[in-house]
Amino acid sequence: MKVEDIIKDFPILQNRKETYLDSGATTQKPYQVLNAIDNYYKSYNANPHRGAYSLSIEATEKYEETRAKIAKFINAKHSEEIIFSKNATESLNLIAYSYGMENLQADDEVVLSIMEHHSNLVPWQKVTKCAKSNLKYMYINEEYEISDEEIENKITNKTKIVGIAHVSNVLGTINNVKKIIKYAHKKGAVVIVDASQSIPHMKIDVQDLDADFLVFSGHKMLAPMGIGVLYGKREILNKMTPFLMGGDMIEYVYEQNTTYAPLPNKFEAGTQNIEGVIGLGAAIDYIEKIGYDTIQEIENEVVSYAIEELSKLDYIKLYITPNKENHSGVISFNINGVHPHDVASILDAEKVCVRSGNHCAQPLLRLLGIDSTCRASFYIYNTKEDVDNLIKALKKAYEMFKKYIKS
Amino acid sequence: MDDLTDVYNEIIMEHSMNSYNKKCLECASCCKMGHNPNCGDEIKLELKMNGNVIEDMAFSGHGCAISQASTSIMIDTLKGKTIKEAKEIIETFIAMIKREITDEAELEKLEDAIVFKNISHMPARVKCALLAWHTIEDMLEESNSCK
Repeated sequence: MKVEDIIKDFPILQNRKETYLDSGATTQKPYQVLNAIDNYYKSYNANPHRGAYSLSIEATEKYEETRAKIAKFINAKHSEEIIFSKNATESLNLIAYSYGMENLQADDEVVLSIMEHHSNLVPWQKVTKCAKSNLKYMYINEEYEISDEEIENKITNKTKIVGIAHVSNVLGTINNVKKIIKYAHKKGAVVIVDASQSIPHMKIDVQDLDADFLVFSGHKMLAPMGIGVLYGKREILNKMTPFLMGGDMIEYVYEQNTTYAPLPNKFEAGTQNIEGVIGLGAAIDYIEKIGYDTIQEIENEVVSYAIEELSKLDYIKLYITPNKENHSGVISFNINGVHPHDVASILDAEKVCVRSGNHCAQPLLRLLGIDSTCRASFYIYNTKEDVDNLIKALKKAYEMFKKYIKS
Repeated sequence: MDDLTDVYNEIIMEHSMNSYNKKCLECASCCKMGHNPNCGDEIKLELKMNGNVIEDMAFSGHGCAISQASTSIMIDTLKGKTIKEAKEIIETFIAMIKREITDEAELEKLEDAIVFKNISHMPARVKCALLAWHTIEDMLEESNSCK
């Protein structure tokens, strides 16, 4: 499939003139996803797991079919290892409270990478404080990567939990999670992989990675907002207590006590986001139809071109690894001497959408000695023309500021 | 907004990049930090009172051109004013940014700070322009401690 054909599937890209370079924040949605949601409400909307009537049974079937589809998509062994959540943040909070809070003891260690999104960092501050355990970080080297020595220095026999972003939402660095997981397992720790920035772009195989937990958000991979996934190994999830209590996660409820439903319902209290699940299923179908090979081919061409063009501007500082094979579709940059918010406003006036700010990764930015960056992030519908628009707008921003920039 | 030269004009650029108000006061009566957690803009305002009058002000910190220029121009505008006059100017500035002012004549008291009028058309930047003004507003509220 060619990028020109892909673009035709995204109504917003036809309806608006913007150059959209913020897919790391959320992707645009194709007709296939929008239609699937529309069709759900028009054809088989009912509360799943509740009714004995066929409409509810149909809704339940579609819901559970999608769970099985996701299990297959990430090569989970069992369908019930897929838990639906609101987003990656909720999945991570579930792990922190239901696994972390119950298993961490005083003096145990939780090891995170310094490039974690706040969602895989702030919950661990709270949990380690409660458990009187220690929170440690794996830092990046001058190539914006975590070295093998750093992994081996930080993950020790005291480490019980390791949290790692598969791809950094600021640097675009692809972390070697397989290696981290192997080493952490040798030390007896469980590993949580935040795949939010990787799963839109690359094949995830939880069994090959041997991840204990893996989380992602639907809206960063063409699905609607408000739907996320938690994968956990069945034997671990079985031992965990529920995170949210309420309807549908129970077995017997007495006046004083309750027994809980088996997986996956144990972790899905209350009426779920069925339209989100249906949309996520359609998004996975769409990604599989195009294929990760094609996705990577399209992205590689555009991202390489972007790096090449940005590198020609001597007033731009890039925050990316020089090792191309370890870099995904996110490029953080700054115009030297100009604040990223001013750059983003000028780009906005040129109808180029980039993110500016700390990207929910304040500890990483503090380590880099900056408080914000501009970030362009790419997906299957981006073209070299989008890059040209970005470069043109950046040149304009620089022209506006250059006589005032302090050397 | 399509044309940003109205916003990034000479006076805003000069104040943001080379402000003479960006310094430390030797004997400040009080100081306060202002912070926009979402964008990381951070300023420290220092105030020197002489009775009821703002005798001197200065700032330090970092942030975008809008937040830095707004702070610097605010200092120029409020220096030498009484607390009562300053409060009126602050109120008018905030109302201008929120597009609540119908009578243009009211804006005259803002002096140079009127250059931020167009920010009201850029919702993403409103909080940048208001950071210093909200900070001084709080400081003057607490002005009893500013002696």
